[in-house]
Amino acid sequence: MTETPAAPLKRTPLYALHRELGARIVPFAGYEMPVQYPTGILAEHAQTRIAAGLFDVSHMGQVRLAARSGQTATQALETVVPADIAGLQPGQQRYTQFTNDQGGILDDLMVTSTGDHLLLVVNAACKDADLAHVQKHLAATCEVEPMFSRGLLALQGPLAAQALARLVPQIADLKFMTGTFVVIDGARCYVTRSGYTGCDGFEISTPADATDAIARKLLAQPEVKPIGLGARDSLRLEAGLCLYGHDIDTTTTPIEAGLLWSIGKERRAQGGFPGAAIVQQQITEGAPRKRVGLLPEGKAIAREGAEIALSGKVVGKVTSGGFAPTLGRAIAMGYVERALSANGTKVELVVRGKSVPAEIVPMPFVKHAYYRG
Amino acid sequence: MASVEYSQEHEWISVEGDVGTIGITPYAQEQLGDVVFVELPQAGRKVAKGEACAVVESVKAASDVYAPITGEVLEVNDAITAEPALVNSDAAGKAWFFKVKIADTSELGGLMDEAAYQAHTA
Repeated sequence: MTETPAAPLKRTPLYALHRELGARIVPFAGYEMPVQYPTGILAEHAQTRIAAGLFDVSHMGQVRLAARSGQTATQALETVVPADIAGLQPGQQRYTQFTNDQGGILDDLMVTSTGDHLLLVVNAACKDADLAHVQKHLAATCEVEPMFSRGLLALQGPLAAQALARLVPQIADLKFMTGTFVVIDGARCYVTRSGYTGCDGFEISTPADATDAIARKLLAQPEVKPIGLGARDSLRLEAGLCLYGHDIDTTTTPIEAGLLWSIGKERRAQGGFPGAAIVQQQITEGAPRKRVGLLPEGKAIAREGAEIALSGKVVGKVTSGGFAPTLGRAIAMGYVERALSANGTKVELVVRGKSVPAEIVPMPFVKHAYYRG
Repeated sequence: MASVEYSQEHEWISVEGDVGTIGITPYAQEQLGDVVFVELPQAGRKVAKGEACAVVESVKAASDVYAPITGEVLEVNDAITAEPALVNSDAAGKAWFFKVKIADTSELGGLMDEAAYQAHTA
């Protein structure tokens, strides 16, 4: 994700709360966002893995798609993403990507069907471009309504359900990748059981003016503490999840990125999304490179941009790397030539000019703990 | 009695005779956040004032530590490579990084005293 240079920074509905909680605020995707609170990233990371953490992700873009008369929103959306959207039951959510004509990824997003419309959640740094893209391709078939002022709260962790159920009892039965309308503190919200940490948890879309009160109610639960973007990144890296602009971008295809699982079975055969021919060819013949997990030996941390080498020859690049607090060691992900992408392959990571032995390993690094009922 | 001087890059150096003990300031560790990795120079290495010679990494990012003075590394603090969190808990004390034999004590004149450093970070 790139930071917006020079433009005035925007604030989410929780800016005052972040300040009150003593957050360190940094510019991120054009917003003033909390990178950490006074407890620090390691404590926040552990809090989320052990209990529950509340993240402000209101900077992300929420877009509502409603079919025009005689049209079908799900079919319309399938013209710009490779997922099976037509097969979404009311309340079901899917992860997908906007692809370009080369099969590259313009952004990744979540799509939820409410029954009569679709809710999209896209990355903050891409949201204006995504909106223009969707309007260009879907305006004839759908009403495209940006809801960029709404709040979005992520409540993540093994005790998230227990904490949220105290305010909204009906979420206890919600399964992973499903959603429902609820009322919290008198405000109509949309809750999905999903997130970006690998933990059980929820994302709660809130009316802008109700966001602060709802966040305070959640923080008043004994299980819940505020978590910044720093821990959000270390949590998603442990979970092996892609960060747009780093692990995936316009030059990587869903196949190279290991996201074949997110492409509908019929859609693999039938195509009908931008770049389908290239994606289909890579499904059949294999992609030239693959995203892999990397476990460096020792304590050195290979970060984004570090070269991956084999016998001194560069065979790829690290796209995300850092310290994994849950494991107490460094982890990374990156792209390598397909022939070298098998688990167990020994490679070297170049960290500050020194070669660090590493092994290609399966992801996630920390097991997912989603609630599937 | 050791005197302590500070660099623009947030290192401190405590000087006794011609030996300087170098670390990063409490302000620097606060800015870095949780430290998870430290890389120190080899004893015997000759370092020039302003040269990057150690690395301190937080969860978020890697930062260089610069030699605030020219000299030869005499000793490094393995306690902080074994337990990087010491840098957060005692940056000005137990979490010193390395000691140097100072080549030219007149270089100390280019550093800041405590009051000037406080003003620098205010």
